Amino acid sequence: MCLAIPARVTHVTRIDPAIDTAVVDLGGVSREVSIALVPEVEVGDYVLVHVGYALNRISEEEAQETLKLMAEMTRLLDEEMGNADVVAKPA
Amino acid sequence: MKYVDEFRDRHLARQLAAAIAAEVDPEREYRLMEFCGGHTHAIFRYGIQQLMPPNLRFVHGPGCPVCVLPMTRLDQAIAMTREHGVTLCTYGDLMRVPASGRRTLLKAKAAGADVRMIYSTQDVLRIARDEPERQVVFMAIGFETTTPPTAVAILQARAEGLKNLSFLCNHVLTPPALRAILSLAGPEGVRLDGILGPSHVSTVIGTRPYEFVPNQFGIPVVIAGFEPLDVMQSALMLVRQINDGRREVENQYSRAVGEGGNARALELMARVFVTRPSFEWRGLGFLPESAPALAEDYADLDAERRFPVTVETSREIKGCECPAILRGLKEPTECKLFGAVCTPDNPMGACMVSSEGACAAYWSHRTHMPSSGLNR
Amino acid sequence: MTDGSRFSARLDLEQGRVDMSHGAGGRAMAQLIDELFKQALDNEWLSQGNDQALFSVPPGRLVMSTDAHVVSPLFFPGGDIGSLAVHGTLNDVAMSGARPLHLAASFILEEGFPLADLARIVASLAQAAREAGVAVVTGDTKVVERGKGDGVFITTTGIGVVPEGIAISGDRARPGDVILINGHIGDHGIAILSQRENLGFETAIQSDSAALHGLVADMIAAVPDIHCLRDPTRGGLATTLNELAQQSGVGMRVRETDIPVREAVSAACELLGLDPAYVANEGKLVAICPADRAETLLATMRAHPLGAQSAIIGEVVEDSLGFVQMQTRFGGERLLDWLTGEQLPRIC
Repeated sequence: MCLAIPARVTHVTRIDPAIDTAVVDLGGVSREVSIALVPEVEVGDYVLVHVGYALNRISEEEAQETLKLMAEMTRLLDEEMGNADVVAKPA
Repeated sequence: MKYVDEFRDRHLARQLAAAIAAEVDPEREYRLMEFCGGHTHAIFRYGIQQLMPPNLRFVHGPGCPVCVLPMTRLDQAIAMTREHGVTLCTYGDLMRVPASGRRTLLKAKAAGADVRMIYSTQDVLRIARDEPERQVVFMAIGFETTTPPTAVAILQARAEGLKNLSFLCNHVLTPPALRAILSLAGPEGVRLDGILGPSHVSTVIGTRPYEFVPNQFGIPVVIAGFEPLDVMQSALMLVRQINDGRREVENQYSRAVGEGGNARALELMARVFVTRPSFEWRGLGFLPESAPALAEDYADLDAERRFPVTVETSREIKGCECPAILRGLKEPTECKLFGAVCTPDNPMGACMVSSEGACAAYWSHRTHMPSSGLNR
Repeated sequence: MTDGSRFSARLDLEQGRVDMSHGAGGRAMAQLIDELFKQALDNEWLSQGNDQALFSVPPGRLVMSTDAHVVSPLFFPGGDIGSLAVHGTLNDVAMSGARPLHLAASFILEEGFPLADLARIVASLAQAAREAGVAVVTGDTKVVERGKGDGVFITTTGIGVVPEGIAISGDRARPGDVILINGHIGDHGIAILSQRENLGFETAIQSDSAALHGLVADMIAAVPDIHCLRDPTRGGLATTLNELAQQSGVGMRVRETDIPVREAVSAACELLGLDPAYVANEGKLVAICPADRAETLLATMRAHPLGAQSAIIGEVVEDSLGFVQMQTRFGGERLLDWLTGEQLPRIC
């Protein structure tokens, strides 16, 4: 349920918080989205785009944290198995 | 694509799979319900179940708004086009969903009804502005993710004084459905060891609304992202909670979900909606306090009041196991109709229509062939 | 034949519109044909003014194919309904290995359609035919009342000649054969969708609409024993593979990582909830050939401008049920089924 995809904000138009819009870019595709739900977004932010609306901002720090945690979860295993040289590197 | 590709890395996936295999207790079963169709879709699209140890099973939940929409609501929408000549706008997902008498919105359109597929509630506002002579009804559907965009459109319609736009609200709420599934005790109920919580719904409502799950039902929850590595990491987090005897709400999808959710979205929803005393869910029956309706201040924008229609309570197709499948009690392959008369080209139940429905997912992956020859 | 004096005033190609008289068989229709169609298409057969074209054919087996073209919008990045009407039919002819000879074209025009747009479409159709080296040798025009058409519908019919020794057919895929494609998938469908105002997204993606018979000629010259050729138009790559698998009574296995997809097409698909494997193409072909000829065929395809991004995407396997399986980017396996209904943008 709920298809949403992270896209980068490239332009913000502010007139009235209820109808403000942003242009987002996703791999060379751009689309105007409503930012009524995330009025504070700035150019350069990544937002989750759902049915033409920015639903929330994506936190870069948290994303890195999650990837780091993933790597750690698997590193533990590799060490236990004496297999430390195949530790995955986060992308 | 940033925040997408790095969460689809196949090598990290193998490592996570190995970690899960190493950490599961071979003596016990792990039955993890993914509430959302988004997770179901990811599990099938990426073949995640195949990467799990045999004693860890994903149980598919009811988190597909198309699947839980009762036929009566579709009948109501079709009746509005017929009896009141309204222009009915809705998301593409609903176009093929069977109403009673094997009708669909696509067929109603072919028969002359003005049914339009839209992508955003902003499109609905535009149609209403551009065609003031038409009465436009937006058939709103979806969980808490799609509800805030409906709220924005309601407020905008009011602000602009649009007299020809109204809303047929079919939005539903996640926590009451989760509670309903967990409350079905005894032989009626499904045994669950952990729950993968919704990704995008949680970006709106936050993590707090799930606390009743560990507190009242003793079942751990991990809010999980929709990318395949998110699902796998969340499964590992659940395995660890189960092994440690912990029962908490953990948040794997922290890059987009905070404890309190999106305060602005929640505020807009609270402004235009009230909770209905009860709402019918396909497969789950009438659930108390499980769906929003337009608040009294916005009653003039409520299509149910503006265009009253009477429709008979529709009955599900005989033999269709959607209700049991939606509750995680049966697998699609246990339905007599599955694959025999019910296929995506000719769906009998909603679980076969939505690509996120469990039946459609099973159908699309109905065959398996030995893995060979492809790794050059 | 036309001396211009038959008509009191020239067609107003700037402000004029199609009206019912343009299809009524009288003087207005003759003028439309003379001043718009014949001028643009300009060839010996049309200038004879007969209701049919008479020509001799070279030795060999004749192939014939027809295609009705409806597209919204009529003009899109990388083409329009005029060029599409040429490419679509020529490609269907070419997928037999044939050299296309001639085209016929029928236009159904909606009353009120701007003559300027019609002239643009006909010019584009004429140019596409010239570039492909074929002539539109006969045609027809009808007009329907306003509201009963979508501007313009064009049906084209093509004939061509298949050289001796070529036996390309959808039922000839054999286990062990290799599956190739001549480039990125999904460009046409996404270019069209990007023009639909209600989807509101922008991209630099252009339709891949192109006539493929030149590429096919090179391919059969290098590898005469190509088993199957088909252009994956509506329904996309997935549907074409399923058609061929069913026709041949075999299965297929393809690798997602080897199927060329542009990033913008992937991104647009993520936004709309679509799968690139089901998105339409108009300048792509799927080729199936014996494994020992695959590298030669690939090199030949890559040497052609319409095949620079060609790739081997999978193999034909034994499977009497005709399933098409895909090894996913993630390492799992999934079925690549027939397209169900129409691909609709979705929210979940």
